[in-house]
Amino acid sequence: MSNYPDTYRYTKEHEWVSVEGDLGTVGLTFHAQQELGDIVYVDLPKLGLQVEQGKALGSVESVKAVSDIYAPVSGEVAEINDALTSAPEKLNEDPHGAAWLVKLKLANPGEVQNLMTAAEYQTYIGAES
Amino acid sequence: MIDKVRSHPTQNEPLLFEISSPGKVGYQLPALDVPPVDPEGTLGARNVRAEIEGFPEVSEVEVIRHFTRLSSWNYAIDLGMYPLGSCTMKYNPRLNEMVARLEGLAWGHPYQPETLSQGALEIIAALEGALREVTGMDAVTLQPAAGAHGELTGILLVRALLESRGNPRRKVLVPDSAHGTNPATAAMAGYTVQPIGSGPDGRVDLAALASLVDEETAALMVTNPNTLGVFENGILQAAEILHAKGALVYMDGANMNALVGIARPGDFGVDVMHLNLHKTFSTPHGGGGPGCGPVCVKQHLEPFLPTPRLRRNAGQWGWDYDRPQSIGRVRAFYGNFGVMVRALAYIMAHGGPGLRNATIDAVLNANYLRKRLEPFFDLPYQAPNMHEVVFSDARQAQRGVRTGDIAKRLIDYGFHPYTVSFPLIVHGAMMIEPTETESKQELDLFADALIAIAREVETDPELVKSAPHSTRTSRVDEVAAARKPVLRWRPAPPRQAAD
Amino acid sequence: MLEVCGAGAAEDLFSHLPPDVRLQRPLDLPPGQSEYSIAAQFREWADRTASGYASFLGAGVYAHFRPVVVDTIVSRGEFLTSYTPYQAEISQGTLTAIFEFQSMICQLTGMDVANASMYDGSTAAPEAAMMAVRATGKSRVLTARAVHPEYREVLHTYARYQGLPVAEFGYDPDTGLADLADLEAKLDGDTAAVLLQSPNFFGGIEEVRAIAELTHARGALLVFLFTEAVSLGLLRPPAEADIVAGELQSFAISPSYGGPFAGVIAAKEKFLRQMPGRLAGETKDAAGRRAFCLTLSTREQHIRREKATSNICTNQALVALMATVFMSLYGKQGLRELATQNLAKAHYLAAKLPLRFQAPFFNEFVAQPRGASPEVISARLLERKIIGGLPLGRFYPELDGCLLLCATEMARREQMDSLAEVFA
Repeated sequence: MSNYPDTYRYTKEHEWVSVEGDLGTVGLTFHAQQELGDIVYVDLPKLGLQVEQGKALGSVESVKAVSDIYAPVSGEVAEINDALTSAPEKLNEDPHGAAWLVKLKLANPGEVQNLMTAAEYQTYIGAES
Repeated sequence: MIDKVRSHPTQNEPLLFEISSPGKVGYQLPALDVPPVDPEGTLGARNVRAEIEGFPEVSEVEVIRHFTRLSSWNYAIDLGMYPLGSCTMKYNPRLNEMVARLEGLAWGHPYQPETLSQGALEIIAALEGALREVTGMDAVTLQPAAGAHGELTGILLVRALLESRGNPRRKVLVPDSAHGTNPATAAMAGYTVQPIGSGPDGRVDLAALASLVDEETAALMVTNPNTLGVFENGILQAAEILHAKGALVYMDGANMNALVGIARPGDFGVDVMHLNLHKTFSTPHGGGGPGCGPVCVKQHLEPFLPTPRLRRNAGQWGWDYDRPQSIGRVRAFYGNFGVMVRALAYIMAHGGPGLRNATIDAVLNANYLRKRLEPFFDLPYQAPNMHEVVFSDARQAQRGVRTGDIAKRLIDYGFHPYTVSFPLIVHGAMMIEPTETESKQELDLFADALIAIAREVETDPELVKSAPHSTRTSRVDEVAAARKPVLRWRPAPPRQAAD
Repeated sequence: MLEVCGAGAAEDLFSHLPPDVRLQRPLDLPPGQSEYSIAAQFREWADRTASGYASFLGAGVYAHFRPVVVDTIVSRGEFLTSYTPYQAEISQGTLTAIFEFQSMICQLTGMDVANASMYDGSTAAPEAAMMAVRATGKSRVLTARAVHPEYREVLHTYARYQGLPVAEFGYDPDTGLADLADLEAKLDGDTAAVLLQSPNFFGGIEEVRAIAELTHARGALLVFLFTEAVSLGLLRPPAEADIVAGELQSFAISPSYGGPFAGVIAAKEKFLRQMPGRLAGETKDAAGRRAFCLTLSTREQHIRREKATSNICTNQALVALMATVFMSLYGKQGLRELATQNLAKAHYLAAKLPLRFQAPFFNEFVAQPRGASPEVISARLLERKIIGGLPLGRFYPELDGCLLLCATEMARREQMDSLAEVFA
């Protein structure tokens, strides 16, 4: 089983965000990639896009399913993980590390407080399954 | 014991491009009886291509062998039962193929004078008439090329009618058990899709329906019988709920094979529906098409049907282009005429009583399979089924075997798999539609095969999970195909000199 | 079987249906007939459908010889009676053939990717336009007036209800080719796609490069349409286009009074995710051998539902197989020779007739008879068992009095001479 870093915060839609300064790194949780199975495509937003907390940010696809990625916090897309475009399998291999999705310049750092802690998230997915 | 099939040798065969070599040809043209022209001189050098790079060069016998070898890698109805749910894979009579190739029909040009097209037009008129009678609707267009195309046409008709009443409205209700084409169609017609849940018996939840239908509801798209093979017993009440708010009932006729001669959508509140001639009326699927998706409507939608409409005038059939309220064309010309010819031949061969008997046999076959398989597989919805039955893999999943695995193992027993993982409301769905085509012998072989697989799941789940074992091609890596799409042949890069 | 089902009679299987939905009488259709009498009835119908005429009709449906081998292949039950190849392990025949089809369409059109088929050219055109709308995020569609009139009608139907404005740009009255000044005037920053057909409806070969430059300069995509696929054997491929949508009827598909035909969409690689319809891709099986499967299905309705790129499901697979066999038989050399014969025949006929437009043409052209109306000429031709061209006034009022004529490799010299006599 995977390790859910305590420094990250988590959403009910299975994204994580890790905040450093005014930058939030966003990714998909281990649980989410496991549910999706082999990920074959990642659709990421354009740089500079303004996103709102809870709104679709992009999508990930397996062979037979598409799943939207929702922004865990509001902000501007400051960086995207281009490596995933050519190697979507990384999302299956290292979802909490190298396979982060985007970095957001936070519009409202306080929003992070609405999200679940690692312990809360693990309880949440335990109850969900 | 697998006694229906054994493995047999199959030929290996490269791609056409790989057997190609310069100068080989598979055609013969007559000698030119007019002076030759110089393409570059006639068209201008800038308009003329050098050659079609990479295009194959093969002989006639190589073409025959190539495609014959490829064909031997396909399963087909001609080889055995093809129980795909909601696909109605029934026998395709060969008489239909013969009549569609008669010279006047196969070579008729859509712009030839109507006076020289009376035979073709009579065929279209006869088919329209038969479909009106089968569905109980008032008017039919044969222009749509397939079921989804018919759906789009039908929803555009709804939109046009509502627009003429002042408001096209915003949303279309689609049950969660519906085919994906339904929501995709509603979106293409500019509507928002509102999903509606199924009740515990698998039918549309009438209370939920009543609470969702409002003045912005354009239509309900309902498949009847639904994708569980269950007749929507509340269809008359559903129609009342919709009609009371000025909304319409669209019926997806994909499962019409359960109703022909037994019940007619025109008699149970449906305003507009489509049929699939390549399902209910036996025209061949051909590996994915062609189809024909007639749309049948009640009188209030008739003025909006696509142009042109067939009409009779002074003893002659002809096309009427003067249709001011029409949604316009949905396709060039008049539709997939060759498919219409085949469907009419099927209807003529069966006649009224024969069509009804086919329905009875289709429903009987599905119910027989249900009884034989019920002790071995989970049946999530207990309501009586019509022409298809949906089991789930719930019992087998406990051993780690999923519906897709069981489906692949069926191939080893000589059958095409059932429809896998659909409808979405059944987790691990196994959707089985035998059609009237199958004899009791074939049904028993199929049931025996599934029962044997259920036992294998208990004793040797790995055997099932790694199936198929008997095919030329073993389980195909769909993940690799999607991650690094290779969608066309390209010549291999020149080989490096060995050093 | 009834007993196993717990039913006393077949009727019991339907006893759960509410009585008021049941049909309480037999269907009012004649009783079933024998194979013999059905065949006889269809022969009678076929005999009353223009048998025995020479025809110079084109206009999107072309009379080309159909090599016998084509029907030999598509009549094989393994191709004819199989379903969509979702179960790859037992559908390698169909999947391999689709892969070859996609490859040959790319070679013909100069595009990077092609789909497994659309219903026909007229529905491929609006689907290609909607691809451009999604790819550009713009909403306006501009189509040449010299695009097949019925294709434009279908485009209007598809676009109207999605709120996509469609505008048309005209043709030069002397050449019949796209009026570049009109195009330039109508192109704006909100234009997603320019639709251009070549050879166009009048048979003229458009200046694709120049139109592509104008189109791209305003940030729109060029959608290249074709109705006469044989022309691609000789004409330069539309490599400057972004999307190509066309009709393959000319590739051994019977005219069949208008269908079934096979459309196709091809495009540059970067528009792959916006493609509608099925795609076959190469991969490997568990033993590492080459295999094919349907792929990138997340674009399609059965997965993405209301967010799909199109609602298309059933396509024209068997008809596309006809085209594949046709392309294999003719091959690199044959398709060029076939196209060159078409060119020779059409130019032989055209040289004898008064032409309406001055522009390079392939196997179709517009004639403007002097002295007699198209109706009178058509009637005289019918007496000679010849179906003349298509009177254009119905589609283009300004071309009332003109006929669109086509001569393929099937046109015989004496028939063309006979037609020219009536014109003169």
